[in-house]
Amino acid sequence: MASTETTETTSDASAKDGLGGLEAGLDALETTAVGRPPLRQTLLNKVLPPVVAVAVVLVVWQGLISLKIVDDPTKLPSPADVGNEFKDAWLSGTLLDYIWTSISRGLLGFLFALAIGTPLGLLVARVKFVRAAIGPILSGLQSLPSVAWVPPAVIWLGLNNSMMYAVILLGAVPSIANGLVSGIDQVPPLFLRAGRTLGATGLKGAWHIVMPAALPGYLAGLKQGWAFSWRSLMAAEIIASSPDLGIGLGALLENGRNASSMSMVFEAIILILFVGIAIDLLIFSPLERWVLRSRGLLVRN
Amino acid sequence: MATAIAEAADVESVEHAARIESVSKSFSGPAGQQLVLDDITLDVAPGEFVTLLGASGCGKSTLLNLVAGLDRPSAGSITTDGRPALMFQEHALFPWLTAGKNIELALKLRGVPKGERRGRAEELLELVRLKGSYGKRVHELSGGMRQRVAMARALAQDSRLLLMDEPFAALDAITRDVLHDELTRIWAETGVSVLFVTHNVREAVRLAQRVVLLSSRPGRIAREWRVDIPQPRRIEDAPVAELSREITEVLRGEIRRHGQH
Repeated sequence: MASTETTETTSDASAKDGLGGLEAGLDALETTAVGRPPLRQTLLNKVLPPVVAVAVVLVVWQGLISLKIVDDPTKLPSPADVGNEFKDAWLSGTLLDYIWTSISRGLLGFLFALAIGTPLGLLVARVKFVRAAIGPILSGLQSLPSVAWVPPAVIWLGLNNSMMYAVILLGAVPSIANGLVSGIDQVPPLFLRAGRTLGATGLKGAWHIVMPAALPGYLAGLKQGWAFSWRSLMAAEIIASSPDLGIGLGALLENGRNASSMSMVFEAIILILFVGIAIDLLIFSPLERWVLRSRGLLVRN
Repeated sequence: MATAIAEAADVESVEHAARIESVSKSFSGPAGQQLVLDDITLDVAPGEFVTLLGASGCGKSTLLNLVAGLDRPSAGSITTDGRPALMFQEHALFPWLTAGKNIELALKLRGVPKGERRGRAEELLELVRLKGSYGKRVHELSGGMRQRVAMARALAQDSRLLLMDEPFAALDAITRDVLHDELTRIWAETGVSVLFVTHNVREAVRLAQRVVLLSSRPGRIAREWRVDIPQPRRIEDAPVAELSREITEVLRGEIRRHGQH
C-alpha cells in the first residue's frame, strides 16, 4: 500500500509539472492582448470627422451669405456677425455669466433629480405593488414634453428658481428612475443565484450584486436624464423670463427674439447646443464607456 | 437547509457532507403537478467525489439546486455540513469585478477580515494556477481560465461540499480534459467533498469515486457504480472506457423506455 502511495505521489508530481505547462500554454493561446489604440488613431477616428462636419456647415452657411442666396441679415446673419456677438459678450464679461447661470441651474436640478429618481427607481423595481401602481405612469411621463409643466409650475411657484427646478425634476426624474428599473430588470438571474450561494442576500445582495449589475442601465438613464434636464430648463427659461431670474441661455434667446437680433438668437442656440454636448461628452460618455469597457461590453472595430 | 427535524443528532454521528433523504420535488406546470424528482436518497461522505449522471429531464440540476438551498424539496429532507459552494455551467463571475476581487467578494461575504482577503485570494488563484491574474477582468480571460477562477471563488467559501452543475460542459475538449486533471488534483489537495452533475458518462467515470445514474421523468436513482480505478486517470484509459460503455448501455436502456409510450 505504501509503495503504491509513493509511486502515485511521484507520478502525480510529474503530471503536475506537465499539467501546469499545458495549462499555461492553453491560457496563452486563448487570450488575446487588448490595448488602447494610439492617440493619433483616436484623433483621426474620433476628432477629425466632427471637425469636418462643423467646417462643412460653416462653409455652406458662409456660401449662402457670400453668394447672396439668402440676403437678409434679419433672417440669416453671417458667421462673422454671430462671431462678433460672441466676442462682444466675451469682452463685456457676460458670456460666462449666461453659461454659468444655466449650467448651475441645470446641474443642481439634475442632482436633485438624481437624489429623487434613484430611490424611486429602486422602489419601483423591487416592490411589486409600487411597480404596478406607478410604473406605467412613470413610463408615460417620459413621453410628456416637459414644456407642458412650465405654465402650472409658474402658477404654483411663481417666477423664480424653484419653478425652474420643478420643471427640471418633472423632466428628469422619470428618465433616471426608468433607467434604473430597466437596469435592474436586465440583471441576469444567474448573477442573483451566484450571489445567493455566496451568501449575498437581502441588502447585501442589493449592494454587492444588484446595484453593480444594474449600473450600465442606470448610467444610460442618467445620460438621458441629463438631456431631459437641460431641455426642460431651456424651455422654462425661454417661456418664463423675468429680470429677477438672471439671464441664462434660454433668456438670452428670448432677448434676441425681442430685440430682433438674429445674431443673438444664433449665439444662444449655439451655446445651448454646445453646453448640452459638452456635458455629455465630458461627464456621461466617459463614465459610460469606462463602465462598459471594464465589463468587456464595448465592441471595438 | 434545516428542513430535517432534530433527528439528525440521534443518528450515531454518521458523518456526511450531504444527506439527501427521500427527497421529491414537483413543479406546477401546464399539465398540472409534474413530478421531477421521486424519492431520492443519497449520502455524500466527507471527502467523497460523487457524480450524478443522467439524460435530459432527469432533474439532476434541480436536485443540485435543492442541495444548494436555492429551492425547497416538496417532500423529504436535505442536510448539509454547512452551506455548500456551487459552480455553474456558466462561470457566473461578476464582470464588474476583477478575477481577484470576485474571489475576495466570496471571502468578504463569509466574514474574512479585510486584511486577510488579498493574500487568501492570491493563494486560491495560485491553487488554480492563475498566479498573476488577480487584476484581470473577466472578459480578458479564456473560457477555461474563467472556470478556474469560478472554482477558486467556490473554494473561497471554504465549504465542506462543492456542488458542480456541468461546469465543463461549455468548454472545448482539450480544455475540459485539462480541467479534469486540475479538479482531481484540487480535490485531493483540499479534501473537499464534491457532488458533480453531468450528462457525460466518461467525464463521470473519469472523475468520480461513485457514479449515480438517475432515470428521467421523474428522476429516480436507477443504479450506482463504485469506481475503483486509481487516480490519476485519463479519460481514454481502457478501464474508464470499459466502465463507461457499461454505464452507457444502462443509460440508453433508461432513455429507450421513454420512447415506448
